[in-house]
Amino acid sequence: MSKIDTRQGWISLMAKAPAEALARRWAALGIAPDFTWLRAPEIGGVMVRGRMGGTGAPFNLGEMTVTRCALRLEGGAVGHAYVQGRDKAKAERAALLDALMQTDAAAEVREKVLEPLAAEMDAAAAARAARAAATKVEFFTMVRGED
Amino acid sequence: MYVAVKGGERAIDNAHAWLAEERRGDTAIAELSVEQIREQLALAVNRVMAEGSLYDPDLAALAIKQARGDLIEAIFLIRAYRTTLPRIGHSRPVETEGMACDRRISATFKDAPGGQVLGPTFDYTHRLLDFKLAADGEVPAAAGAEPREGPVPHITGFLNRDGLIEEETTSDDTPSDLTREPLEFPASRALRLQALTRGDEGFVLSMAYSTQRGYGRNHPFVGELRVGRVAVEMEIPELGFAVEIGEVTLTECETVNQFRGSKTEPPQFTRGYGLTFGHTERKAISMALVDRALRWAELGEDDVGAPAQDEEFVLSHADNIQATGFLEHIKLPHYVDFQSELELVRKLRAEAEAAQAQVQEAAE
Amino acid sequence: MDTQALTGGFAEAPVEAARAFRAALEAMARPGRIETMTGATPPAPLSPAAGTLLLMLADAETPVCLAPSHDRPALRDWLTFHTGAPLVGPGEAVFAVGDWAALQPLDAYRIGVPEYPDRSATLIVEMEELAETGARLTGPGIKDVAALGLPEIAAFQRNALLFPLGLDFYFTAGDRLAALPRTTNVSPGTGARQRGAA
Repeated sequence: MSKIDTRQGWISLMAKAPAEALARRWAALGIAPDFTWLRAPEIGGVMVRGRMGGTGAPFNLGEMTVTRCALRLEGGAVGHAYVQGRDKAKAERAALLDALMQTDAAAEVREKVLEPLAAEMDAAAAARAARAAATKVEFFTMVRGED
Repeated sequence: MYVAVKGGERAIDNAHAWLAEERRGDTAIAELSVEQIREQLALAVNRVMAEGSLYDPDLAALAIKQARGDLIEAIFLIRAYRTTLPRIGHSRPVETEGMACDRRISATFKDAPGGQVLGPTFDYTHRLLDFKLAADGEVPAAAGAEPREGPVPHITGFLNRDGLIEEETTSDDTPSDLTREPLEFPASRALRLQALTRGDEGFVLSMAYSTQRGYGRNHPFVGELRVGRVAVEMEIPELGFAVEIGEVTLTECETVNQFRGSKTEPPQFTRGYGLTFGHTERKAISMALVDRALRWAELGEDDVGAPAQDEEFVLSHADNIQATGFLEHIKLPHYVDFQSELELVRKLRAEAEAAQAQVQEAAE
Repeated sequence: MDTQALTGGFAEAPVEAARAFRAALEAMARPGRIETMTGATPPAPLSPAAGTLLLMLADAETPVCLAPSHDRPALRDWLTFHTGAPLVGPGEAVFAVGDWAALQPLDAYRIGVPEYPDRSATLIVEMEELAETGARLTGPGIKDVAALGLPEIAAFQRNALLFPLGLDFYFTAGDRLAALPRTTNVSPGTGARQRGAA
């Protein structure tokens, strides 16, 4: 289950959420707060690292595109977003949602956006896991015809 | 020496216009969309991401469309685009142990926890052209089964329990980045792995194959091959904690190689490691074999002179953009140097003919 | 991180950074010239000109040294958020910023190596004011002679002797910027405005 109780959890959720699903849920929420940019959305690269042998020293694998922004709502709450891909609109929505989660709109945001998104993403992951499980080999030993 | 030539602007504009037409092809046929490429040519997209060194499937798909399917040209476009991106930072090293595996197989252990999960693989197809694909048709839904709970630990963990396999030393050293500093030799293993993961698949495959054919004694087994999604985490200074910034599909290959011991190391199994963006098995396995071959010095093995042991040879020629850049530059006008070559050849011929004539005269 | 650290950046980065770059380029190419440098609103005690310079030039690959006059948590946070520049000591710095006294000693900074004279530090010297009177400047980029108020003369003369190695300098006061590359010859000004003179 995706963890959405902590700020770390919901920021991570929105980073991975499909842009279209996030846009839909945001529109359904129907809140359009006033805000000012602290950092206007910018697209950049983050160098992804792996470990040698899976457990050893780090090495640079390659970059991934990331869009980030930061904003402040009229009331003062600050929202940050770091989302995978090149999508300024998605970053803006994610930052607004992060900021709203620090206001008394939090419960509504959780109910209408975070929980449904988490459920959709968990369902997609489960469907994929089910496909993989069906391809797991069930070995059976051949009885040797010795008798 | 390069000559500055002028007068090609109109020809070039017309060439570009014709290129665009050729790219489009027969207009009676539907145009290919970037989404179609991303979804239905995913393995091409993966190669472009891995060698372009940029994880962004939409961009890779666009590059493939623009390059008319020439993957090295597409990789070139991605490399160029990469240089326009500000570098925001780096991720924590990904935890492949926690990968949501689409595929996970081992050639060494049949009954490892997590089992042998085949995933969407070509391995067991008969390699017969399927003409049904030439006609559009419905694809039947694949079967599902109850997803397994529980971790899917790395298989090399077992060999480690008996102390039979060399251990990787965990560290948090900052790895060098060959997109920021020029590659110098001797190269650290981190730089070698970075160079290999973005290296040309064909080249790395051939180098790997050479080690199997005896150019360097390797005897590799695929200890584990896994393909799936891992979360990418990054420290965010303004938040004061790390968050996941996305998810990437990776292919990870651990090879296990027999090792009879050397002057400095006891007999044990040694390892090779491959890690690539996307579902790119051939590349990940090749990378692991070449990684192992290049580790001969730190394992106290002999340099048998195999090309795959030659770090400078392997790493200098692995990058297909560098390679094609220099290769294709010979198409540029070299009129003046060729002219001087022509003069020289004519002169030498004249001298040779004169000498020949003298010899003949003397003989008569 | 305090919200103050998150504010004060470029409002329109592409345009403002380009203007700032042009100003910094002109100042370094024509030593003695004073340019206007705006765009950033950093926390005290960093001037807007120095802040704009750092926003435009510094990033995750250009370690920055904050001299004791400027080493404050608020400023550290501001630089980290807006530039991602690692904060280091003088020996590792690509940029160093502070009052002249706080930046000493100058031999703590990198001056480059013969193969790579550019692997040196650029010092951003915060001044009380900038004026086109004071030290006498000649050399590349200067038609005949220029003048610029400098914190001292000797240090810059010593620096010029290191050429092609050496340090390069920006001088900032409020929203004003001037620069001194290592190629400029510095000597005491003639008819320079004397302190306390009538």
